Amino acid sequence: MSTEAIHADHDHHHAPSGIGRWLFSTNHKDIGTMYLIFSLVMLFLGGASAMMLRAELFTPGLQILDPDTYNNLLTNHALIMVFGVVMPAAAGMANWMIPMMIGAPDMALPRLNNLSFWILPFAAIMLIISMIAPYFPGGGTPINTGWTLYPPLSVQVGMGMDFAIFTVHLLGISSILAAINIITTIVNMRAPGMTYFKLPLFVWSWLLTALLLIMIMPVLAGGVTMLLFDRHFGTAFFDAAGGGDPVLFQHLFWFFGHPEVYVLLLPSIGILGMVVPTFSRKPLFAYKPLVYSMMMLTALGMVVWAHHQYTVGMSEAVTTYFMIGTILISIPVGYMLFSFIFTMWRGAMTFETPMLFAVAIVLMFSFAGVTGVMLAVVPADLQYHDTYFVVAHFHYALIPGSLFGIYAGVFYWLPKWTGHMYNETHGKIFFWWTTISFNLTFFVQHFSGLAGMPRRIVDYSPIFAEFNMISSIGAFSFGASHLLFLYIIIKTVKGGEKASDKPWEGAQVGTPGLEWTLPSPPPFHSFTTPPAIK
Amino acid sequence: MTTTSNDDYYIPEPSRWPLIGAATVFTLLFGVVLWLNSWVAGPWIMLAGAASLAFLFKGWFGDVIKENLSGSYNGQVDSSFRQGMFWFITSEVFFFLTFFGCLYYLRNITLPYLGGEGYLATSNILWEGWTYTWPPLQLPDATNYVEAKEAMGPGGIPLWNTIILLSSGGTLTWAHWALKKDDNKQLVLGLATTILLGVIFFILQAVEYGHAYAEMDLTLESGIYGSTFYLLTGFHGFHVTVGAIMLMVILGRAMKNHFSSHNHFAFEAVAWYWHFVDVVWIGLYILVYWL
Ligand code: HEM
Ligand SMILES: [Cu+2]
Repeated sequence: MSTEAIHADHDHHHAPSGIGRWLFSTNHKDIGTMYLIFSLVMLFLGGASAMMLRAELFTPGLQILDPDTYNNLLTNHALIMVFGVVMPAAAGMANWMIPMMIGAPDMALPRLNNLSFWILPFAAIMLIISMIAPYFPGGGTPINTGWTLYPPLSVQVGMGMDFAIFTVHLLGISSILAAINIITTIVNMRAPGMTYFKLPLFVWSWLLTALLLIMIMPVLAGGVTMLLFDRHFGTAFFDAAGGGDPVLFQHLFWFFGHPEVYVLLLPSIGILGMVVPTFSRKPLFAYKPLVYSMMMLTALGMVVWAHHQYTVGMSEAVTTYFMIGTILISIPVGYMLFSFIFTMWRGAMTFETPMLFAVAIVLMFSFAGVTGVMLAVVPADLQYHDTYFVVAHFHYALIPGSLFGIYAGVFYWLPKWTGHMYNETHGKIFFWWTTISFNLTFFVQHFSGLAGMPRRIVDYSPIFAEFNMISSIGAFSFGASHLLFLYIIIKTVKGGEKASDKPWEGAQVGTPGLEWTLPSPPPFHSFTTPPAIK
Repeated sequence: MTTTSNDDYYIPEPSRWPLIGAATVFTLLFGVVLWLNSWVAGPWIMLAGAASLAFLFKGWFGDVIKENLSGSYNGQVDSSFRQGMFWFITSEVFFFLTFFGCLYYLRNITLPYLGGEGYLATSNILWEGWTYTWPPLQLPDATNYVEAKEAMGPGGIPLWNTIILLSSGGTLTWAHWALKKDDNKQLVLGLATTILLGVIFFILQAVEYGHAYAEMDLTLESGIYGSTFYLLTGFHGFHVTVGAIMLMVILGRAMKNHFSSHNHFAFEAVAWYWHFVDVVWIGLYILVYWL
C-alpha cells in the first residue's frame, strides 16, 4: 500500500521509509495493515490444516494421517483460526478504523500498539513449534487434546504442550495490551463532540470486546499456568487423587471460552452495523437499543460458560441455571438480527459484495442461533454433545458470524484503505463461491452429527461415508475460493478504479464515523488537530 | 508539565522497543520451556531473555521519561497513561480473582464431593472412607504426593506480614501527600520506608516458605492445600517483588527531582499497583491463612 504520495500536505509527519517503517511503527494504519496481512497468512495456514483434516475424512479408514497427527492438526487448526485469523483481523480493523472514526490522530498508546502486534508473529512461531516438536527426538507425544486443552490428557502429552501453554500466554499478553489500548483510545481520544451515542456501531462493538478481553484473558492465563504447574511442579490442581479436580480446568477454560465467542462475534456485528445502513441507504434501525443489547450480550456472555460441560456431572440446579442463562442470550442476539432486518426493510437496497455478505450473515448466523438453542437444552445436549452436530453449529457461528463479517468489512473498507475499488464482479463471484461451498461443507454435518458421528476423531463408521464425502468436496471448494480472495486483494492494492472519499454513491448514513471525511487512502496521520463534529 | 497544548495531538516517533520487547518475551518463554524439559540450553536462553527484559525496560521507560522531562506530553497523553494503567491493573485483578475462584471452587464443591457429599457421592466410588476437612492434609490417594504434617496458621509471620504490608500502604500515602506539597525530602523518605517494608515482607515470606518446606512438609507436592497455598502466596510474592523494584525506580527518579505536584504519573501508577498488591494480601490473609 503506497501512502508515500499523500503526505506532502502534512508538514512534520512523514511516513518513515524502508523496513523500519513497519518494524518500528507507531502508526495505527501501518500497524493495522500488518495485523491484516498477518491474519491473511494465518488464514491460509489454518485453512491448509483444515484441508488436510478434510482430506483424511474424505473416506472412512486411515488415509494420510495417523490418529495423533490428526488430533495435533485439529488442535492447531482451531488455535490458528481463533487466535491467528479472526482476532488479529478484527484487531487490524480496529486499528485502522477506530482512530479515523472518532477523529483521533492515532491510537492512544502507539508504541504499546506495535508491541501488541509484534507479539503475534512470535506467538505464531511458538505455536508452530508446539505442533512440530513431537516429531523430533525427545519431543514426546503430540498435542491431541483439541484446542480446549483439557487435563488429564494435557498433563500427560509431551513438551509440545508447554509450547502451546506459552503460546497462549503470548496471545493473552497481546490481546490484553491491545484491549487496554482500544478502550483508552475510545474513552480518551474522541474528538470534541463525538459523544458516546454518536460513536459508530463498530466502535461500540470493539469497546465491549476489549472489556471482555480484559476480563477473560487473565483467567485463561491463570488456567494454563496451573496446568503448567501440574505438569512440572507436582501440584494437584486437576488431579482428584490429590484433592484437585479436572473439571476445574473446564470451568476456567470456558469462563474464558464462552465470552471468547463474543470476542469473535462482536466486531463483526459492528461491521454489519456499518455495512447494512450504507447499502440500505437508511440509518441503522434503533441504534441505541442495539448498543444496549450488545451490552446485555456482553454481560450475559460472562455467566453462561458451563453450557459446554453439561455432560461432566454438574448438579441439576447448576445445569438448569446455565441452560436458562444460555437461552436468555437469544434475546439480545435476536434483537441485533432484527435491528439489521428492519434497517433493510423498505430501504433502497443494492447488493454490492459487502452487502451480500451482510445478508448472508443474518441468514446463516440465525441458523447457528437455532442450533445453539437446541444445544443449550440440557437433555438434548446430552445427545448432541461431542458429535458433528456441534462441529456444524460452531462453524455456522464462526464462519458467518466472524469470518464473513470480516470479509464484509474488508470489501467495505478496501477502497478507503487502498484508494482503489475492487472488481465488483470478482467480489460477487467470491461471495457466491464461498457461501455455497461453506454450506455444502457444514450443512450435512448436522445430519451426520444427529446420527451420532463423534467429533475429534480421525476415522468414522462407513455409514457416514456419503455425508463426509460431500463435506470434504465442499471444504476443498471453500479452500480454493480463497485463492480468488487473495487475488482480489492483491489486485486492489496494486491498482484499479480510483475510489472517491465516499464510495458507494456516498450512501453512508446514520452514524458513519469520520473516516469518510478523509481522502481514500487517508493521509499518513489521519487528524493532526481535532476535527469538528457537526 | 503541559508545554504542548491540548489542541495538538502528540504521537511518539517510531521506536524499536516494541519489536525488541516481543522478541524478548519469546526468548524468555522459549528458554523456560527448554528448562522445564531439562534441556541444558534452557537456563541460558532464559537468562538471555531476562537480561534483554531488563535492557528493554530501561530503554523503553527511559525514552518515555526523556519525552516527559522535555515537556512533549500534553494532558491527553497523561490521561491515556493513567487509563492504560487502570485497565492493566483491572486485568491483574481478574488474574488473582481466578485463583481465589479456584480456591472457592475446590473448597466448596470439589472437596465436599470427594468426601461423599452431593448426589454424586464420588468418594463411595473412588476413595471410600475419605472425609473432607479443610485443610485436607490427608489426601484421597497420596501415591504421587507427600502429605503435609500441618497447615499454615494465621498467627506469627503472616500476621506480621499483614501489619508490615498495611503500614507500607500508609507510608506510600505519606510520600504521595508530600509529593502533592512538593516536599521532595519527605517524598524520598516515604518511598524509602515503603521499600524497606516491602523488602522485610519479602524476607519474612522467604523464611516462612523455608520453614514450611523444611519442617512442615508443606510443599507444592503436598496435594491441593500446598498447591493453592503456594499458587496464591507465590504469585502475590512475585507481584510484591515487581512492585518493590518499580518503587526503587521511582525512588531513584524522586532523588533526581523528576516529580512535581502536577507531573507525577509514574509515581501514581506505581502507587496504585502497590495498593492493589496490598488489597490482594488482605484477601489472601483472610482466605488462605485464616479461614
Ligand atoms: C475452511 C473452512 C474450515 C474447514 C473446512 C474446517 C474444518 C474443520 C474440521 C474438519 C474440524 C475437526 C472436527 C473434528 O474432527 O472434530 C474443525 C474443528 C474446529 N474448527 Fe474448523 N474448519 C474451517 C474453518 C474454521 C474457522 C474459520 C474457525 C474459527 C474461526 C474454525 C474453528 C474450529 C474449532 C474451534 C474447531 C474445534 C477444534 C476442537 O475440537 O478442538 N474452523 N474444523
Ligand atoms: Cu458457550
